[in-house]
Amino acid sequence: MKLNAKIPSGPLAEKWSTYKSTQHLVNPANKRKFDIIVVGTGLAGASAAASLGELGFKVKNFCYQDSPRRAHSIAAQGGINAAKNYQNDGDSVYRLFYDTIKGGDYRSREANVYRLAEVSNRIIDQCVGQGVPFARDYGGYLDNRSFGGALVSRTFYARGQTGQQLLLGAYGALNRQIAAGNVKMYTRTEMMDIVVIDGVARGIISRNLETGALEAHFGHAVVLATGGYGNVYFLSTNAMGSNASAAWKAYKRGAFFANPAFVQIHPTCIPVHGASQSKLTLMSESLRNDGRIWVPKEKEDAEKIRAGKLKPTDLPDEKRDYYLERRYPAFGNLVPRDVASRAAKERCDAGFGVGSGQAVYLDFKDSINRLGQKVIEERYGNLFQMYEKIVDENPYKTPMMIYPAIHYAMGGLWVDYELQTTVPGLFAIGEANFSDHGANRLGASALMQGLADGYFVLPYTIQNYLAGQLNVPRMDPAAKPEFKNALDAVRSDIDKLMNIKGKRTVDSLHKDLGLIMWDHVGMGRNKVGLEAGIKKIREVRETFWQDVRIPGTAAGMNIELEKANRVADFLELGELLAQDALHREESCGGHFREEHQMDDGEARRNDEKFKYVGAWEYKGPGKADELHKEHLDYEFIEVKTRNYKE
Amino acid sequence: MSNFLNSSIGKKFLVSISGLFLITFLLVHLVVNSMILFDSTGVLFNQAAHFMGTNPIIKFVEPVLAIGFILHLLYAGIVTLQNQQARPVDYKKQHSGNSSKWASRNMFILGSLILIFLVIHISNFFWKMRFTGHELLEQGSTDGVENAYLLVTSLFIDWWWIDIVYVLGAVALGFHLSHAFWAGFQTLGLSNIKWRKRLDFLGLLYSILVAGGFALIPVWVKIASML
Amino acid sequence: MDLTLKIWRQADRKAKGRFEIYSIKNISPDSSFLEMLDVLNEQLVRDNAEPVAFDHDCREGICGMCSLFINGRAHGPDESITTCQLHMRKFRDGDTIVIEPWRACGFPVIKDLIVDRNAFDKILQAGGFISVNTNSVQDGNAIIIPKEKSDEAMDAAACIGCGACVATCKNSSAMLFVASKVSQLALLPQGKPEAVRRAKAMVAKMDELGFGGCTNTGACEVECPKNISLAHIARLNREFLLANLKP
Repeated sequence: MKLNAKIPSGPLAEKWSTYKSTQHLVNPANKRKFDIIVVGTGLAGASAAASLGELGFKVKNFCYQDSPRRAHSIAAQGGINAAKNYQNDGDSVYRLFYDTIKGGDYRSREANVYRLAEVSNRIIDQCVGQGVPFARDYGGYLDNRSFGGALVSRTFYARGQTGQQLLLGAYGALNRQIAAGNVKMYTRTEMMDIVVIDGVARGIISRNLETGALEAHFGHAVVLATGGYGNVYFLSTNAMGSNASAAWKAYKRGAFFANPAFVQIHPTCIPVHGASQSKLTLMSESLRNDGRIWVPKEKEDAEKIRAGKLKPTDLPDEKRDYYLERRYPAFGNLVPRDVASRAAKERCDAGFGVGSGQAVYLDFKDSINRLGQKVIEERYGNLFQMYEKIVDENPYKTPMMIYPAIHYAMGGLWVDYELQTTVPGLFAIGEANFSDHGANRLGASALMQGLADGYFVLPYTIQNYLAGQLNVPRMDPAAKPEFKNALDAVRSDIDKLMNIKGKRTVDSLHKDLGLIMWDHVGMGRNKVGLEAGIKKIREVRETFWQDVRIPGTAAGMNIELEKANRVADFLELGELLAQDALHREESCGGHFREEHQMDDGEARRNDEKFKYVGAWEYKGPGKADELHKEHLDYEFIEVKTRNYKE
Repeated sequence: MSNFLNSSIGKKFLVSISGLFLITFLLVHLVVNSMILFDSTGVLFNQAAHFMGTNPIIKFVEPVLAIGFILHLLYAGIVTLQNQQARPVDYKKQHSGNSSKWASRNMFILGSLILIFLVIHISNFFWKMRFTGHELLEQGSTDGVENAYLLVTSLFIDWWWIDIVYVLGAVALGFHLSHAFWAGFQTLGLSNIKWRKRLDFLGLLYSILVAGGFALIPVWVKIASML
Repeated sequence: MDLTLKIWRQADRKAKGRFEIYSIKNISPDSSFLEMLDVLNEQLVRDNAEPVAFDHDCREGICGMCSLFINGRAHGPDESITTCQLHMRKFRDGDTIVIEPWRACGFPVIKDLIVDRNAFDKILQAGGFISVNTNSVQDGNAIIIPKEKSDEAMDAAACIGCGACVATCKNSSAMLFVASKVSQLALLPQGKPEAVRRAKAMVAKMDELGFGGCTNTGACEVECPKNISLAHIARLNREFLLANLKP
């Protein structure tokens, strides 16, 4: 099968408008004849479900949480990018497009990224219209801040709760459609499988997490907006319930999985405190606007600090190593995330780390002196408070400790320009797809992509597909053997899990997997480590299927069963991730192969061999996954080595 | 309108508006009563009481006041009953003291105490002055101005436990008002972050003044009689 | 730290619940409260018992899913936080901790410490939004909003819908929750056209779903993890009264 990205022809800036003016549409009277299933209610899912409902489609929307408002988009802090150029600092659609491609280390698709930059401005308009209280200046106009990887201020924000406010905006739009009867909401409901009939996605099997009931749902199209797979590492900034199961089920039903090795490690998270740690808390990247990152210049000082014999505030400036400013004078503390993360790891591995040794300082001393504590409080008050609650130290007085942590998955289900996977009728949007961020995502771009897909892209492209489905009547799942078979398969999978009755808890196995992933497929990867990692992942998977213990029954609410279902998929996805990392013999973006680096430790990309999207195809149990390549042709920009030094 | 009065906010609107009206009444009442303190001959108080008993405007307001009382009691009762139904299973352990003041949580109890006091109070004075008459009222009355002063002070002097009832009534009233003052404005929507502080302060001042004032009168009268 | 836990256990909506007592040892004071419960659940599963079900998701104080009534207080003994941000250093070695679900007519218990907060969604569905279709908007900067107004709207919009206000209110009133949305949208010019309908519909829905009325105790404001002010309830009252004055 040859991958066809279906990129419209013509000049870059006209592709999207050309597409829209020539695509097939569904007429208003016919729209209500179509059922669309949307799984997930984050920025992408909620905005898509709401927009499709507004158009008149009959939408079924699913989420595992008790309310659509809780999807993990809500936790995004810093902001959302748009090429408004309100600051008059030279921003443009092209510049946002260029920054995103460059930030992604030239591993994303030009046409998609350009479209993303193009629709970014309308997102801001849309959210303002919904009543999202973006930060404003004293004139009453929208304010911006700057983020990593950009030389302009293009990030719109709502204090440190931008994701929350954008999600609540989309949730409001969704609520309106629920009230209007266009969207039917299923909360505390998890998608268990996708039903494919004659090669086309026709519905899903869901499990009611309260009652344990399995249900079949028909849809003319199925949209997955189920987020990323960061929790394969156990410790990440994802929510506890964030999972990859929907995407993984799609993979097993024929959707290709692209670039799984591209995961983002966020440089500014609160360091791990101990073995019972359940998740990692992010400190917004926006902090790097005013905070300076450093470790001690001398190893002895680092040792003294770790031993508690020296306070960081007592170390004079000349004995501090502001390593990002030293290594990357042009971008300083605002280098992209992958670069900042690796630099922190490099310092800590070399013995300069503070805290437990796995931490660096993020210091606001200079900004507080320059701007006053009040300004800093206004900008980051809630983040500082959050830090203090967790660490029990006052970051106004002593520098914050931070360390990189798994944050975002650039990889995901392969989709074409229409956001359709390789299974017709199955779409993937938001973090669940691989599309726009290449090998590294820039800060404040995830919110942009989620909402772009949900508000402004999918509601168009899905019609191009549905227009061809007019002759497909609504199906009654009870009358179709394919639905019944899928239900039976899910039921027997659950029975299998329940009947293992072993000794190991789900969490303990998940932690084992996470440690392997972090050690072998983390910030620095190499062939030997990856091969060993794959072996270990298989061992944990075997242990899981022989020895996991799930108390209770499958009827009714069973929190261990929920976790087990998810971890079972992580145990398979983890291996694919490692396998992808092993095959990609280059360093790019979040994927750093230690064998492939420059003399100064910077990443060495290999455009000749790896300038492609690696899309994996599932071939069946026990069979090797097959790699398909979508070559990336850069027609409109020149591919360069990323340089944040000058 | 019926929709409005059926809503939780609508009912509370009635409690609040009648309450604020009662708050105004209390101030007038206290001013009149304070005449007892300022003139030990009783002339001032008797004049004031006579004015309150005969002035046509006050006459007109009187039934309004009665309706205000009834509305306040009725709707406070309904709201309290409905609110109790909103938590069918109680907590085993609840630390309310951390997050709210005792008075604010016990307005119904305080109100009920005040109601009991009110019955005593009305039967002591108002009932006699307005309806049944009393021999003390006749003593030394001139030009139809009854000697209310004598009726009031005799009661306070002769029965020490009545003094205690009046002091306790005033204290209950004070606690009730300490919450009621700001809350009345809040329910009408007449508060914000700035005004809340001001109204809270005014409310405190007002409740101390009213409770202190009403408590002082029987105590003062009793002590003065013993000197 | 060694602790004794008294936890409400209830098999499902209909079952009769009861308190169970558990003891737990060697908890790090740097652990979060939910991590302590994770340790308990690990222990329970190892003993082949059913783990305690509790709602949680983001574990960074923003999704609003966690919802425990700890030692008599919504979200436990600390200010301006959710349960997931509560850390064990707020307790002492040897403490007994009572953990209960939110208690309110509008929040029936589903299992153990998990309650059904669907009522909040329904209240918002009644009108907690601005009716604007995708793409039917003007430029973001075409609407100028004074910074103070916009900041105040943001204060209200910070609500995470956790339900601590209802849980802590002696009347199980949802006024602070409703007020946060009504106030946010009332402060913004975009929200004005629907202000009358919104205030009426949301209050009616709140009453219908079995929440009590506000008696201004102010407990909700104190226990609100996002410090949402009672001033927003004043604005809701104002909006509602004005809405009823209009024909």
